[in-house]
Amino acid sequence: MKILVCISKSPDTTSKIAFTDGNSKFDENGVQYIVNPYDEWYALVRALELKEAGGGSVTICTVGSATDDAVIRKALAIGADDAVRIDCEPTDAFYTAMQIAEYAKANDYTLVLTGKETINYNGSQVGGMIAEAMDLPFISLATKLDVAGSTATAEAEVAGGIQICEVELPAVISCAKGMAEQRIPNMRGIMAARTKPLNVVAAADIQALTTFESYELPDAKSACKMIDPENMDELVSLLHTEAKVI
Amino acid sequence: MSVLVYINSNSGIAKSAMEAVTYGKKLGGEVTVVTTGSADDTALSALGEYGASKIMVDRSVTSEDPQQITSIIASAAETTGATTVVFSHDLTAKAVAPRLSVRMKAGLVSGAIDIPQGDTIKVNVFSGKAMGLVKVASEKRIISLLPNSLQPETGGDKCSVEEFNGNAGDARIKVLDTKKPEGDIPLPEAELVVSAGRGLKGPENWGMVEALAVELGAATACSRPVADIGWRPHHEHVGQTGVAIRPNLYIAAGISGAIQHLAGVNGSKVIVVINTDEEAPFFKAADYGIVGDAFEVIPRLTEALKKFKASN
Ligand SMILES: Cc1cc2nc3c(=O)[nH]c(=O)nc-3n(C[C@H](O)[C@H](O)[C@H](O)COP(=O)(O)OP(=O)(O)OC[C@H]3O[C@@H](n4cnc5c(N)ncnc54)[C@H](O)[C@@H]3O)c2cc1C
Repeated sequence: MKILVCISKSPDTTSKIAFTDGNSKFDENGVQYIVNPYDEWYALVRALELKEAGGGSVTICTVGSATDDAVIRKALAIGADDAVRIDCEPTDAFYTAMQIAEYAKANDYTLVLTGKETINYNGSQVGGMIAEAMDLPFISLATKLDVAGSTATAEAEVAGGIQICEVELPAVISCAKGMAEQRIPNMRGIMAARTKPLNVVAAADIQALTTFESYELPDAKSACKMIDPENMDELVSLLHTEAKVI
Repeated sequence: MSVLVYINSNSGIAKSAMEAVTYGKKLGGEVTVVTTGSADDTALSALGEYGASKIMVDRSVTSEDPQQITSIIASAAETTGATTVVFSHDLTAKAVAPRLSVRMKAGLVSGAIDIPQGDTIKVNVFSGKAMGLVKVASEKRIISLLPNSLQPETGGDKCSVEEFNGNAGDARIKVLDTKKPEGDIPLPEAELVVSAGRGLKGPENWGMVEALAVELGAATACSRPVADIGWRPHHEHVGQTGVAIRPNLYIAAGISGAIQHLAGVNGSKVIVVINTDEEAPFFKAADYGIVGDAFEVIPRLTEALKKFKASN
């Protein structure tokens, strides 16, 4: 089975979020990039487990520029056979997804996995878009995934509960918490990652559908009102009359 | 301008559906609702009160197959000539809206928190640490509205409900079983949330958290380590790598307020923090703070609420 795992970079979760150029650009000053946690912890690790159990290959795919190679190597250190970078700036989710779909169509993957969302744009868009462009079924927010022959069985979060479902491969699946346990790369993995193939392919000609014009930071919170732990009647009354939430 | 609002009515009409219709109405022009699911005509026609002028219902699809739902919405958009499609940014939207975006060549704005200002729409980004203003370049657009970003507004009348054949095609996802969630209130849509962290020492101590939640009519949530060690189910994990929520009230007990936790909850309108440590970072993000032992403060708060409810 050939598995393609789509990964994105995202700022380290402790990064200070700030913007430059008249609030039109994310301020990368001092920011460390990591592999987007959902892509790494769930999609990539589950792909490796499926390969370990049933054979095949795992390829990592990123849409990005040469500066993203460091993040790709971090993902390769966890596992995967090789990586491909589609060489362009991922301007929006549609642009990114169409690049991946073009590449995946030409390379015959049985399974395309993405994370649930990125922690910087929180869009949950790329997986479904890839599936539509390739006319494949898409299971969104899967929390469990197994493959037997040409059938995948998954548990996924849907309106009104957890759905247990089956789909004929090939398919696109977005991965959420529950699917796998985070793996910490070991020294051997980190060494091996340096020499694993990282193929750079040219981008297709695609027009983005959306742009981020600018950004804003939320208003600073006003000072916290401290309440006597003995006096919960006061808290209830404030929540009712001042905050008006109960 | 014609606006189409998609609603999943499989488990009744959620408040988030009323929010989506209200949002559609605020965009201006005629609002049509397209829905799949099992809600009856009376429940559906009540959406007119929020601004819908017509409901189109395709009852041929009862599962959650995103391809079928995409086809139905795309046909409805064609029938009505809608150039804007509105979703509530819920689980169905996450599965369907991206497909529809490709199908209709319509720019997708997900996680919208406000009505458009000029040609941009405000969305939550960086897990709630910032907002972005998104511009759509395509002629058509899809807006997926974050639950609890605006209040439903009534004022209209009940509207007509029409059967609609959206040519759903065959399902490609075969549903074997559906498990109902444990809580009654889905966390992302909850208006009131009671949450607890490692400060509660063990899963056996969650009874008081649940009692408070029941008294309030709130959903329960937890910090990541609590879900990781298995004290609470994964779907309660809120934060940057869990569920992002923006309830009206978030009560956090025994949670330190790490940056990754705050990212998923700082969109809450009012935050109450209960912590023994007055230096806990969470107090900086709180509206009301109580320095005290959760084991005493939570039951006391539950009692105070009982008293309040009895006298109101
Ligand atoms: C990449 C990454 C992603 C992460 N994502 C998330 C996420 O999505 N969500 C998340 O929550 N965390 C996340 N974390 C973890 C986060 O950094 C914190 O470790 C976590 O939030 C701490 O959980 P906690 O507050 O329950 O526990 P602790 O940090 O141990 O805090 C316990 C608190 O309880 C207080 N306390 C103790 N006893 C009592 C008592 N009797 N009464 C009242 N208070 C008491 C203590 O003073 C302390 O403040 C992430 C971390 C990383 C590295």
